[in-house]
Amino acid sequence: MSDNQKHTLNPEKWIDLYADYLYNYAVTRVDDNDFAKDLVQETFFSGLKGKESFRGEASERTWLVSILKRKIIDHYRKINSVKGKKEVRMNFYSEGDKKGSWLEKAVPREWGNEGDKDIENSELKMVLEHCIHNLPEKYRMVFLLKTIQNYETEEICNELGISTSNLWVIIHRARLQLRKCLEENWYKN
Amino acid sequence: MSAKIKISCDEATQICDKNQYGEASISEKIKLNIHLLLCKHCKAYTKQNSIITKLMGKYLDSCDTSKHLTVNEKEELQKNLKEKLKS
Repeated sequence: MSDNQKHTLNPEKWIDLYADYLYNYAVTRVDDNDFAKDLVQETFFSGLKGKESFRGEASERTWLVSILKRKIIDHYRKINSVKGKKEVRMNFYSEGDKKGSWLEKAVPREWGNEGDKDIENSELKMVLEHCIHNLPEKYRMVFLLKTIQNYETEEICNELGISTSNLWVIIHRARLQLRKCLEENWYKN
Repeated sequence: MSAKIKISCDEATQICDKNQYGEASISEKIKLNIHLLLCKHCKAYTKQNSIITKLMGKYLDSCDTSKHLTVNEKEELQKNLKEKLKS
């Protein structure tokens, strides 16, 4: 490596310096501890393999994160074509005069006083995690990309090859299901 | 037709979801607000939806630093990486 490069790679130190950071990054986005660990490992492997392509323009960490990001997107793309095995629940009449109106069983109930409790309450955090985890994978990934990763709508659509209206339908269904799950497991009066 | 003013609960809540990301158009917002005047279920949904948005924001903050790999897991990663370095 020449002297005018700002950043260099030190794979021997990667685990100490970046393993936790990358793991955190992955686990909030794929919602699966073991899989997140695999992704971190693969990121390091790809990093080693692609060492030559590192130009030293970005920091080592930024460079590794960009590899990880790529892997998360690839994973999302793969499952995008697989139909979610988790149950998708209906919320609205799908036909007839009442088409598009709330089904009686899906109508939002009044949430109890617990409504303003926040996430500091670790029990609520666990319920939220459970509910996110229970979304069909395709819904979960689009929801997390948009809500947590703050991806631009256009970016997600391009990456996953879906239309904008498709994206909003998925977000819609994910949020409907999340709401219902929170209501049943936490906000029930 | 996009010109129609009256929308169903399904459509209204979808606009509401879009609005959580600040991406609903003006005409969509108008339709949503008219719908909300008449529909208490969707009004409840809207209220709960913003609670969910707030929760998700806090959830992310609380997650970003809270998870760690165990010492064993790191050792395993280190071992695997070393092997790759050799090869």
